[in-house]
Amino acid sequence: MNAGADGSAADGHEMNGAYGPVKRKEDARFIRGKGYFVDDIALPGMLHGAILRSPLAHARIVSVDVAAAEAHPRVEAVITGETLAGLKLAWMPTLSQDVQAVLATDKVRFQGQEVAFVVAQDRYSARDALELINVEYEPLPIVIDAKKALDPGAPVVRDDLAGKQDNRIFDWEAGDKAATDAVFAAADVVVTQEMLYPRSHPAPLETCGIVADMDKVSGKLTVWSTTQAPHAHRTLYSLVAGLPEHKIRIISPDIGGGFGNKVPIYPGYICAIVGSMLTGRPVKWVEDRSENLMSTSFARDYHMHGEIAATKDGRILGLRARVLADHGAFNATAQPTKFPAGFFHIFTGSYDLQAAHCDVTAVYTNKAPGGVAYSCSFRITEAVYLVERMVELLARELGADPAELRMKNLLRPEQFPYTGPTGWEYDSGDYPRALRLAMDIAGYDDLRREQAAKLERGEYMGIGLSFFTEGVGAGPRAHMDILGLGMADGADLRVYPTGKAVLSISVQTQGQGHETTFAQIVAQELGLSPDDVEVVHGDTDRTPFGLGTYGSRSTPVSGAATAVVARKVRERARIVASAMLEVAPGDLEWTGRKFQVLGDPDHARGIAEIAMAAHSALELPEGVEGHLDASAVYNPPNLTYPFGAYICVVDVDPGTGEVKVRRFIAVDDCGVRINPMIVEGQVHGGLADGVGMALMQVIAYDSDGNCLGGSFMDYLLPTSVECPSWELGTTVTPSPHHPIGAKGVGESATVGSPPAVVNAVLDALKPLGVRHADMPLTPANVWSTIQGRPLRTDLAIP
Amino acid sequence: MQITVHVNGASYAREVEPRLLLIHFLRDELRLTGSHWGCDTSNCGACVVWLDEIPVKSCTVLAVMADGRRVLTVEGLERRGVLDPIQQGFTECHGLQCGFCTPGMMLTGRWLLDHHPDPSPEVIREALSGQLCRCTGYENIVRSVRWAAEHPA
Repeated sequence: MNAGADGSAADGHEMNGAYGPVKRKEDARFIRGKGYFVDDIALPGMLHGAILRSPLAHARIVSVDVAAAEAHPRVEAVITGETLAGLKLAWMPTLSQDVQAVLATDKVRFQGQEVAFVVAQDRYSARDALELINVEYEPLPIVIDAKKALDPGAPVVRDDLAGKQDNRIFDWEAGDKAATDAVFAAADVVVTQEMLYPRSHPAPLETCGIVADMDKVSGKLTVWSTTQAPHAHRTLYSLVAGLPEHKIRIISPDIGGGFGNKVPIYPGYICAIVGSMLTGRPVKWVEDRSENLMSTSFARDYHMHGEIAATKDGRILGLRARVLADHGAFNATAQPTKFPAGFFHIFTGSYDLQAAHCDVTAVYTNKAPGGVAYSCSFRITEAVYLVERMVELLARELGADPAELRMKNLLRPEQFPYTGPTGWEYDSGDYPRALRLAMDIAGYDDLRREQAAKLERGEYMGIGLSFFTEGVGAGPRAHMDILGLGMADGADLRVYPTGKAVLSISVQTQGQGHETTFAQIVAQELGLSPDDVEVVHGDTDRTPFGLGTYGSRSTPVSGAATAVVARKVRERARIVASAMLEVAPGDLEWTGRKFQVLGDPDHARGIAEIAMAAHSALELPEGVEGHLDASAVYNPPNLTYPFGAYICVVDVDPGTGEVKVRRFIAVDDCGVRINPMIVEGQVHGGLADGVGMALMQVIAYDSDGNCLGGSFMDYLLPTSVECPSWELGTTVTPSPHHPIGAKGVGESATVGSPPAVVNAVLDALKPLGVRHADMPLTPANVWSTIQGRPLRTDLAIP
Repeated sequence: MQITVHVNGASYAREVEPRLLLIHFLRDELRLTGSHWGCDTSNCGACVVWLDEIPVKSCTVLAVMADGRRVLTVEGLERRGVLDPIQQGFTECHGLQCGFCTPGMMLTGRWLLDHHPDPSPEVIREALSGQLCRCTGYENIVRSVRWAAEHPA
């Protein structure tokens, strides 16, 4: 179901029908089983790799005996930390200025850490050979609970770092502490709450993998890998392995979902590359599901203490947060360098308040490394959860309706562009309109009446709201880089003589439909059909440099680059058209489909005619070289700020603790919608993620450091029966600084939905005196919470 | 072991290890890579194929168990250049994003429609509940199966 303003029209742009719910070009191959994923690759002579992983969370390596594995008749090579140390590759830099062991040399620091790599003639033999490796470990005391990581005497996880005596990674703060303290001191009401955003995993259905092919003759390394950022990987491989960058080609073929999991470089990739260097043959490594869940980038793991200050009539004045961030054994979060806690400090959310301050302390533990992944908008997920739980608790404290309290405190349309108390400049928004639309679709007042009537009958129904603002499209080069690489993206556009176009972009689709959406952008700008535009992506030898697809940045950054390069082509076409029509370029106007002589529709030329002329012998003005091809690099002036209002309706059985999500209403405003069908599909997926995180998904550890979420039997993902039929609404507030007014939407629903579900469950449990429980709200956790014993969900299977 | 498996109407005789999984037989031996591997534990359903007209998770079936039997994979859905309605439904209703779960979803959906030609959304959800999709939130998959129900071949 859909309601609200039509998202397909762009304010201020001549529309020509290219935008809209165009069917996807990608589908033709996928519905026939003709997708081409990394594990589908079979090269002549290709070998298969497998990783031996640590069974222990913290242990000194006494010895690694690989003799029996090397003697296996189908094994071609066995690589250990010692092998890599000889190549100066035993450690690799992370995306957060730390180092991470590729294969352990001194000790293992989390369960599942990489210890050895076998290269064999087939995948089964590689696994067999792992069983033949004998590693002697000397177990060490562990630190699993982040709250104990800074205790005096806690085991030091990173004794490899010179002089490191504790587990502290960084202390970081944002906002005005003094102003915030003053606001809190003067407030009528202060509400506080401890909460955990537990460790989660993006778990794309395709795990991570690579095929590495080092050609010893040409010196060229070709890598097919499940990467969301092929160009960044090329540069990093060059820096890590010392290979000349022009001799590295990274190809991202079809990718079976990413959600952030496929941004980093993992040890298995380095091992496969080294394996290919040592054997002279292509080496494939594809992790299994347990390896994916236990060792690759997790997300969240933020222990948060929130405080909100308000007047007694419900005006929010200030917000404070203290965060303890568990980064695992290596600080391998992927985020802009200047922001060690990502964009968490946008935590004032969508509200007009006077002052805010947050501080974040990050620690090492004996858990898997990572930290930023899973559609989180660089930690805005955690920020939105914090503020939306605090507003909900404030409403409860004041006896106010949560929707009314939000409406009263939302930023007003006339306040944009709005600079928040921690320095973010929100570009545009009409928040009350979105919340009103969500309440209308939900039938909010009727729902509250139904809830009251049900409670009379002893039935526990809950209604939960959340309102979120994201900052996406990282980002402006002046403020943002990753390992020194600025976050701009390139686009090349070639128009062939017959008027067909090929667009090359730096970002890589993992299901977002770039081949369709980006063709629509070019089609809109040049008056073509999207069918006339081919999109090339995912191959560093064929596309311009850019930082890749994550943080909802494809449309905000690369989509902008696409519009800019198409407009460059159009301006070149104007010159040619002026020669064709024998008028001055300034005497031509663009109709959305053609250049025509001002006021004279009979004298007009479309791009196809102009393209042929541009490649012909037509005499062009002095200094014009012919052809229409162009390149562009887009450096965004600011982030874009999509937002939305979500309402979740649940029924809770207090006898079993079971939560049923009955309805979910999502109003999203991501600015101009190029392809509303694809936008809605992305929202659907994010909402399912939110239900999963709120109710099911958690990567917990036991007291011995064993990962308790190492398979899909333990790490529970929502299926079709846990998800309701999503009810969507649309408002369109274009971004004023983006060339086509678009804002990005890939992570919106994942960011916005978890607090709506949690608020709904806790709303249902309010008559039972329950104030808070941490995600996931599994039946066991809900039931235990009702009994007055909420679970520590990070330390046991809840 | 010597086995002969009839896949999408063609017969394939191969010598295989007894432990070889059907998914790896299809993907690595026959190079039918449309069926995907996603979890090892029969939870995700990316590997669903038909074995003698019944959807099975081919990561939990040994290739030798398919000896002498019929297998249908996604590559066999299209007949003489005409898409099966379930394939058409997935593209009409945006029932796929990354495309990784899609073959398994379509094969289960096809089986459902063969036995329940007019299923309600609830029945469709129940039928697909043994398979995971990480992109679509299932809504458009349900619509895709409904589309196929409303547009039989």
